Amino acid sequence: MIFPMLHVFLALIASPLLLSVINRTKAFFGGRTGAPILQPYLDIAKLLRKGTVYSRTTTWIFRAAPSVELASVMAALAVTPLGAIPALLPFQGDLVFLAYSLGLMRFFTVSAALDTGSAFCGMGASREVQFSALAEVALLVGLAAAACLFRVFSLTDICRQAWAAGPVSWEGGGTLLLVAASFLVVLLAENSRIPVDDPNTHLELTMIHEVMILDHGGPDLAFIEYAAALKFWILGSLLVSLALPLRFADPLPDLAAGLIGLFFLAVTVGVIESVMARLKLVRVPQLLVVAGVLSFLALFDVMR
Amino acid sequence: MQSFLDILMILLVLLNFRLLGASQLGTCVHSVAFQAVIIGLLALLPHGLAPSWTWLMVGAVTLVKAVVLPGLVRRAMRETGVMQELEPFLGYTVSVILGVGLLAASFLVARPLRVPAGGMTQVLVPVTIFTMLTGLYLIIARRKAITQVLGFLVMENSIYLFGVAFAVEESWLVQAGVLLDVFAAVFVMGIMIYHINREFDNIDTDRLSDLKD
Amino acid sequence: MIWALILIPTLAGAAAFMVPSGRFVRVLLPVSAAAHFGMVMAAWTLPLPFSAAFDWLAADALSLLFLSVASGLFLAVAIYAIFYLGPSRKRPIKDYLEGYQFADRSDSVFVGCLLLFLAAMTVVCLARHMGVLWVAVEATTLASAPLIYHHRHHRSLEAAWKYLLICSVGISLALLGNFFLAVSTAAASAQGREMSLLTPLLMKNAALLSPEWLKAAFLLMLVGYGTKMGLAPMHSWLPDAHSEAPSPVSALLSGALLNCAFLAILRMQALMEAAGLGAFGRERLIFFGLLSMAWAAMLLVSQTDYKRMLAYSSVEHVGVMAVGVGLGGIAAVGALFHAVNHSLVKAALFLAAGNILAAMRSKDIHDVGGLLKALPASGALWIAGLFAVTGSPPFGLFSSELLILKGALLSGRFVVTGIYLAALALAFAAILRVALKTAYGSPRAAEAGPGGSGRETFFAVAAPAALLTGVLILGLWLPPALWRLLGEAAAALGGSF
Repeated sequence: MIFPMLHVFLALIASPLLLSVINRTKAFFGGRTGAPILQPYLDIAKLLRKGTVYSRTTTWIFRAAPSVELASVMAALAVTPLGAIPALLPFQGDLVFLAYSLGLMRFFTVSAALDTGSAFCGMGASREVQFSALAEVALLVGLAAAACLFRVFSLTDICRQAWAAGPVSWEGGGTLLLVAASFLVVLLAENSRIPVDDPNTHLELTMIHEVMILDHGGPDLAFIEYAAALKFWILGSLLVSLALPLRFADPLPDLAAGLIGLFFLAVTVGVIESVMARLKLVRVPQLLVVAGVLSFLALFDVMR
Repeated sequence: MQSFLDILMILLVLLNFRLLGASQLGTCVHSVAFQAVIIGLLALLPHGLAPSWTWLMVGAVTLVKAVVLPGLVRRAMRETGVMQELEPFLGYTVSVILGVGLLAASFLVARPLRVPAGGMTQVLVPVTIFTMLTGLYLIIARRKAITQVLGFLVMENSIYLFGVAFAVEESWLVQAGVLLDVFAAVFVMGIMIYHINREFDNIDTDRLSDLKD
Repeated sequence: MIWALILIPTLAGAAAFMVPSGRFVRVLLPVSAAAHFGMVMAAWTLPLPFSAAFDWLAADALSLLFLSVASGLFLAVAIYAIFYLGPSRKRPIKDYLEGYQFADRSDSVFVGCLLLFLAAMTVVCLARHMGVLWVAVEATTLASAPLIYHHRHHRSLEAAWKYLLICSVGISLALLGNFFLAVSTAAASAQGREMSLLTPLLMKNAALLSPEWLKAAFLLMLVGYGTKMGLAPMHSWLPDAHSEAPSPVSALLSGALLNCAFLAILRMQALMEAAGLGAFGRERLIFFGLLSMAWAAMLLVSQTDYKRMLAYSSVEHVGVMAVGVGLGGIAAVGALFHAVNHSLVKAALFLAAGNILAAMRSKDIHDVGGLLKALPASGALWIAGLFAVTGSPPFGLFSSELLILKGALLSGRFVVTGIYLAALALAFAAILRVALKTAYGSPRAAEAGPGGSGRETFFAVAAPAALLTGVLILGLWLPPALWRLLGEAAAALGGSF
């Protein structure tokens, strides 16, 4: 029990750090020093100190959304394992729970964006829904493939077995590799990273995620930023658990390996963001469909 | 060994999706050639390919399929000055999504067909069927005559895949005849494309629509 | 002997390619056709199997039946082609639809391809190895595609492209079917039996074949060879190719090529029978057959192009054959008999249509009228042929269609019988409408226009007349040798008297 709690605790503490790692990697590739490693924390602290301003056109949905988002992402964190470290509250079928928690989070982000009545927010909401409809298929089908592979129906069990087997050593072939490749695309899309969305863009027309939260401020924005960091941690843990062929008998090195994997993932994302340009918006669905295809392929490979 | 085989199969399927989603003619030609190479690699796996002439045979076929036929297609492309864009009847994303459906159908159809014991993976059957369906789809849903030839080559690849995996013990003369026929078919198609291009000033097959009821 | 059958047309074809045009090829064609036909006829008297090469080629009853039809048709077409390839055809021809000039390809290419086509068909008929059979069927496609593009204009090019592509695709499916068949033998080889795709070996060990793979192989081959045979819905190339090809080629495509593809399906069906899966194959054959009949009958009604009408009639008759084999029993005998009759009559019709086209320069039914007055001989043949092709009494098709009907009633398949009769009746009405319109009526585009030759040569009438006489004779009196052969051939398909 101590290690699951430790994992959740670490996630709550260290998730903004991952974003910082990504930024530092990009800064390194760009030949810059980059922001201090603790900059995300400073940002959140600054936002928490500020007051909020609400537009008169908004309703309670706009006010409730940040809290609901943070709550749902924390609920998802409760069922997220990291490699051999079980989740805090694992149960049969929690992979569906995970997908729906993230879906609830997105629903409120989108609703709040629509609630503002701003044209830009509405545009961002429309794109977010379009892309996530495809990404969700890839995520769910990929999870289904992994579940079929090990004949278990809980994220904790899936990740423990995948961690034990590893994609290369597992003799059935590349199923896990396919799912991992698919999840990498999902991770990039869901967290608004570069081939899909540019987190640093300053032009509203090209934004997806950032444009939806334009009207939030103060603690609300801090909640949203923090929830986004946690979401990255959650999807990252899943990816690391499925893709990393490491196994120690002892939970402590397991946890350490998982954390190292997560930070390695953050560096990878940073590298991807540095070497790739953003895709044209019309190409994004194709990328996501390809992710879906990978997931489906994995599923068929298991079920043949 | 089995996992190596699986990875080759998965690569083949992914190449099919690349064919379905590709917007450039060059990409398609590459993918078709690459498929042939992968299938040639399959033959290297030890599963009773004892006689050395079989190796020669497979090597020759792979050479023809991976180098000569794509070369012919490229030549036809160059000589007819065809545009690189594919101009599909159905969009690329839709094609890929339909491809998932085709893949599912292939796995369903292949269920009752159990491969006989002897080292070959069960995935081979659905992959063969899926590759065949991809070829058919390319023939139906793309506009240019060259794409239809490519679709035909993809179909041939699927047959070749199955042939390499199972039917190698069939007499070499038949294999040679098969190869010759495919070669001749592509050759004749190349000539026809040349004529079509000359007659119509382009090779869009939707111009070929005078004859209908 | 078998080698000679194959080598004569092959070498003659090669020679035609070598020698640039002129009188030589026009003589070469009928001479080699006659030699081929003579040898096939000689084969009737020799004991079967009369020869074999590597076990791969040999004649059985089915081979002999289809080979005789193909060879006889080829002879008729070769005689007709003497007229068709006359020197008068060398100048550019004015297209009757759009009015531009086009030229034909050279005679030597035409004759060369025709002869290679004959060689390929001979191999199809004689093949005893499924792989060789496949290679030969594919070779027929490749040899006949240039024939369809003999008139160099864009419609014939379109037809040739469709033909080549659709048939190649179909044939690839059939090849996959062959490989599936090879896999189905794995269990038998595992028991130490010597296995290959030789049909006698397959038939002997049919019970050991894996039923799932055999079924899949049958389906693939049915669809694959069915494409080539013109079964609906894979028939889409057929009307185009038949209507745009030169008439002698249309006659061969319809009369001989469709039979070759049918033969390939029959071989597979025989194997299914031997493996105890005959019912599975028969049901599929009935389905595709009825579909073809109904589809073609409906399209026949609204046809205004008489060569296309003939093509759809071919689709319909192919359907009749498939239904006949599917019903089994006496109907299977009827189906084989029907294949013979249909080949003869359809070839005669296409040749007569060639005469009409040459004279009237139009393929539109409305432009062609008063044939009995304008072209007495060809017109009479045309009308008689149309009556024959609908299955009217004095001709052979009446007997064969009746045999199939009898089989259908005997097996108690009343729904099948109903659809069969309805499609035949519809086709009858549609074709008779054309017959009446073209026989009487006023020749609108008559006086033959500037391009028409306007008179009929002896050879151009003799060839279709001979074929039609053959059908008439078969309708009145069936030679016992043929009857015996039909029975033998149908026996493997579960057919009996």
